[in-house]
Amino acid sequence: MARRLNSISGFLLLAILWEVAPRLGLADPKFFPPLSTLLVELFNLAATQEFWGYLLSTARTWATGLLVATAAGVIAGLAIGLVPGARTYTHSTIEFLRPIPSVALIPGVILIFGSRYQSGVVLITYAAFWQVLLQMLYGLTDIDAVARDTARSFRFSKAGFVVHVAWPTLLPFLFTGIRLAASIALVLAVTAEMVIGTYGIGRGIVVAQTSNAIPSMYALVIVTGLMGVGINVAARAIEQRVLRWHPSVRNATAI
Amino acid sequence: MAINEVAVVSVSHLNKVYLSRERRVEAIGDLTFDVAAGDFTCIVGPSGAGKTTLLKCLSGLLAPTSGAILVNGHAVVGPPAEMAVVFQEYGRSLFPWKTVRENIELPLREKKIAKAERARLVDEALAAVALTGAADSYPWQLSGGMQQRVAIARAVAYQPKVMVLDEPFAAVDAQTRADLEDLMLRLWTELDLTVIFVTHDIDEAVYLGQRVLVLSSSPTRILDDVPIDIAGPRSQATTRVEPGFAELRTRVYRGIQQAKASQSIKG
Amino acid sequence: MRDTLVRSAGKILHRLAIELALPLGLFGLLLAVSANSTNFYFPPLARVLDRFDALWLGPRFATDVLPSLGRLIAGYTIACLTGIAIGVPLGMFRPLRRAAEPVLEFFRAIPPPALIPVLVMLAGFGDTMKVAVIVTGAIWPILLNTVEGVKGADMVLDETCRTYQIKGMSRLWNFVLPSASPQVVVGMRVGLSIGIILMVISEMFAATTGLGAAIIVFQRSFEIPEMWSGVLMLGLFGFALSVVFRLFERRALKWYYGMRDLERRS
Repeated sequence: MARRLNSISGFLLLAILWEVAPRLGLADPKFFPPLSTLLVELFNLAATQEFWGYLLSTARTWATGLLVATAAGVIAGLAIGLVPGARTYTHSTIEFLRPIPSVALIPGVILIFGSRYQSGVVLITYAAFWQVLLQMLYGLTDIDAVARDTARSFRFSKAGFVVHVAWPTLLPFLFTGIRLAASIALVLAVTAEMVIGTYGIGRGIVVAQTSNAIPSMYALVIVTGLMGVGINVAARAIEQRVLRWHPSVRNATAI
Repeated sequence: MAINEVAVVSVSHLNKVYLSRERRVEAIGDLTFDVAAGDFTCIVGPSGAGKTTLLKCLSGLLAPTSGAILVNGHAVVGPPAEMAVVFQEYGRSLFPWKTVRENIELPLREKKIAKAERARLVDEALAAVALTGAADSYPWQLSGGMQQRVAIARAVAYQPKVMVLDEPFAAVDAQTRADLEDLMLRLWTELDLTVIFVTHDIDEAVYLGQRVLVLSSSPTRILDDVPIDIAGPRSQATTRVEPGFAELRTRVYRGIQQAKASQSIKG
Repeated sequence: MRDTLVRSAGKILHRLAIELALPLGLFGLLLAVSANSTNFYFPPLARVLDRFDALWLGPRFATDVLPSLGRLIAGYTIACLTGIAIGVPLGMFRPLRRAAEPVLEFFRAIPPPALIPVLVMLAGFGDTMKVAVIVTGAIWPILLNTVEGVKGADMVLDETCRTYQIKGMSRLWNFVLPSASPQVVVGMRVGLSIGIILMVISEMFAATTGLGAAIIVFQRSFEIPEMWSGVLMLGLFGFALSVVFRLFERRALKWYYGMRDLERRS
């Protein structure tokens, strides 16, 4: 009981501060509207069609990008991990390409797709792909180690090996990669919307700020936060369920 | 212990109860014993006998439920400054980001000892454990036995009134253990230390100690207080085959068996 | 003696050949394939390299790369110091951590670019805004990893500190911080990547000076080879920084890598 109170106390404190400070003039209410105003605005927005248009558009970009990134990451991971020698030869290329920020693609993507949602998808794919790929490679390395010990002593057939050794070992890594990719995908979806102008919440935030609709701006920022939290929570929940039996559910966080 | 001998460590009616939501575990029932200055006291007991709990209470890491522990006349409320502890997990008790020399020196810096004096103490301690050459290595570059010697050197350099060792040689191979046991004896005589040595190894306890306390299983009490009256200096080659050694060993062994038996009865 | 020298030289060359084979191959391929390109959006690689040489190895370095670097360093440094300063007490005191965790979980889930308009509202379009954007994004991995690192301090080492009377600042300096440092550095590496990304995004958004600004301005005025040369510069920028970071990492965590290498070998 005390523990639950302890957990809420932070939020409570923040909420109180956010409500009281602007009202008392400690913070400029023009720049920091009281929390209640923001929440009211959020409710009002939720009744508008425009808001849901934004939300669904961002969701579509996010989902498509995540799907493509996962597929590409899995395929590339399998290709690099399974072809003997591929890992050694591609190592330097991966190490060089990895630190290149996905935003470097923005101009290229604008040229090709303009502000259509495909721009966002390409950006997401480039950034999120690395997460999936790397986790796949870690997993495949792990399989090597496990394989050496177990499969040989049990003398599995090729198919048996894949089903009973390879897949279960790989699965947690894959889920970690997808989870990390999912949160990066959200960041890049919003980025595309802000910098390229793709339709979505990011653009909504910019529009709100330029038209001085400050409570809306904050409300939409809060929505992106909720989306982020939702994605993290859902991803972890799915991971826990699917991997319930697995001794170590990976604990990596990208951010 | 003669009446005019001063007790460096005095434990009276120590009691420790662990309370959790499910159950109540009385790790230590009632322990009372004294350790005189310059003594080498070994403590043995079956697993689960609360040896670790006793050690944590003695070294001030855990507060007793009731009873008193006095070190050098002062009540123990936290780790006493006059006590140095050598832990079983030597690998985890040395700072991996510090060299051997820095590891040994750190507690001395806390004591605000001057630089020159610190250097002298460190060098002497290293010489005492025969690790002068390893001074600038990192602990993880050394073998297990050497790491434990560093931990011992650190305790020695600290110049404590009491040195407490918690199964220090349990995680080391037999040959190294024999060397380390002799090292302990040498340090004890040369530096006139007061040592409390907790171990599960009966042979080791009888070989090293002047006195062996046998603990019962929980709730722990003192089952037996065995004075080790083996004549002459201890030696790995000869002491262990003396008839007196065997008798004492058997006595301690029987005590432990008795402790284990009552434990299994309680279930 | 000569044999071993020759053999190790051969080994190094062999290693180098493997490492460079694919990148050089891809580069050559790109060079060849694009050589006769008449596509407006994808000019010949040779032209892009020419522009790269003219601009980025020239005046643009000072007018754009250096300001970008400056903002990044400023933002990243603030993020590191603040992240560690907040992370350490949170890692040490569980009630504090329990109270803060839900709040932090929420704030870190906000995609950093979403905060750009808020910061524009508060700080305009100048350097302050850009540095602030970098901080708001880069701080999270540093902070969270600091908390993890501090939390996971070894119990036996903690008991050792207690028995040898190592307390307070001394304990912080000699035990808590070094013990957490490998994890903190992990966070710092992620923070650096995020910092670079936000540096570019903020510059693309408020295109004044900087690498990101230059690229987007080139794109808008359809100076395509120049644009691609900027992208190449950005890639090298990111790569160079990651190399520098790795050198720093190896030096700062010398003890940690030494320990791990030994474990791996055994």
